[in-house]
Amino acid sequence: MIYEKIAEIISDKMDIDVDDITMDSTFESLEIDSLDMVEIVMDIEEAFEVSVEDAENLKSVADLVKYIEDNK
Amino acid sequence: MARRVVVTGLGILSPNGNTVKEAWENTKNGVNGIGPLTKAGAEGLPIHFAGELKNLDVLDYLDKKEARRLDEYSQYGVIAGNQAMEDAGFTPGGEMPYDRYRFGVLVGSGIGGLDTMETEVTKLNAKGFRRVNPLLVPMMISNMGSGYLAIKHDLRGYNTTVTTACASGTHSIGDAYHMIRDGYMDAMLAGGAESPIKMLAISGFLGLHAVTTTDRLDRASIPFDAERSGFVIAEGAGVIVLEEYEMAKKRGAHIYAEIAGYGATCDAYHMTAPQPEGAALAKAMEVAMEEAHVLPSEVSYINVHGTSTELNEKTETLAIKKAFGEEAYKIPLSSTKSMTGHSLGAAGGIEAVYSIMAMQDDFIPPTINYQVPDPECDLDCTPNIGKKADVDVVMSDNLGFGGHNAVLLFKKAE
Repeated sequence: MIYEKIAEIISDKMDIDVDDITMDSTFESLEIDSLDMVEIVMDIEEAFEVSVEDAENLKSVADLVKYIEDNK
Repeated sequence: MARRVVVTGLGILSPNGNTVKEAWENTKNGVNGIGPLTKAGAEGLPIHFAGELKNLDVLDYLDKKEARRLDEYSQYGVIAGNQAMEDAGFTPGGEMPYDRYRFGVLVGSGIGGLDTMETEVTKLNAKGFRRVNPLLVPMMISNMGSGYLAIKHDLRGYNTTVTTACASGTHSIGDAYHMIRDGYMDAMLAGGAESPIKMLAISGFLGLHAVTTTDRLDRASIPFDAERSGFVIAEGAGVIVLEEYEMAKKRGAHIYAEIAGYGATCDAYHMTAPQPEGAALAKAMEVAMEEAHVLPSEVSYINVHGTSTELNEKTETLAIKKAFGEEAYKIPLSSTKSMTGHSLGAAGGIEAVYSIMAMQDDFIPPTINYQVPDPECDLDCTPNIGKKADVDVVMSDNLGFGGHNAVLLFKKAE
């Protein structure tokens, strides 16, 4: 469920197909730059009611899913 | 021998057309681009009309991500800038005959990202600082139109923004022309962009009694008419490509016109009211003519600021009389704002395009909805119907809150 929601947010922000996003996708491979990342994090904080404090250490979709599981 | 500067590309988003061809045809034919105020966020205001862009889906021009990242004023500036670049024969990623460090951008805006500001302030008040869009700052700042056009076209030269209220677009083109003439740059993309049809801006202008509240469309934007009662707020962008003449000729560019003169002065008088005699505006007109080595008798047409406010046209008339003497009565003028409304910082860009097209077509566009003469505005405002005429030299002037006066002088391409 967390993964699906994250994929949906990334898909919407980056205007890419949700099927092109996998658990293993790195943000670099999805061409997510620093500005995209702050936007994505903002939506994720809103969706999961978490506060993401160290987004620069998160490199992949899997990292983000784990972060939310640990901090939710 | 001074370097000469020519215009080689035109781009426009105007209430009376989203392409140069459409907007100019409508301007020639006196087609009014002003209509009922419909834009979201502006309901419930005591104004009835606005100059809104029509049938425009920005996603036809920008991808979803870039559209989301740009405030509306930047979107307009980027779309008009792209049109101008394409018209001049430059495509993103395509061949570039210029040193990219000598190709700059100067797209002004009177306000900047007001839409973003208004949205985010509302969010801040309702939800607190954590919910404010992290892109607030890059979206809101008035220089992002210039910045983003540079990214899009890989233009690495001089890149700034002029913010002089309603004179922003005119100053931008004038300053860009000087950058090339004086050898700092070889080419520039310049103009103005604005998106002020928002609750906040309209509320501000209403407070100043600057916008009309009439419910009659034919009495709304009526420059020079004795019944004028304030301007009609509008949005859009006008952006043009300027190049050094010899280099433009060498690459075989289509040359629309030459920019031959630019005068810029300040009233140094009042924050919002023009100086009653129009002395500083007249001086800017004189400076532009001197720089272009043009005599008052050689000016074929003046595209005036003409906002449809009592003070503007009165002082603009006095300024023209002071700068042109007896010739003032012989030169046709018009305010194309009668058909577009007043797009603030975009006005100078849009009106530069109309001024240049007037020379291309040898046609003077009208001031529409002119009904009741004002004895204090007794110059020829080309009432209601445009006309064929030899148009070799055109002056375009715009004034901004702060007392800014900017005057451009265009000459027909030889």
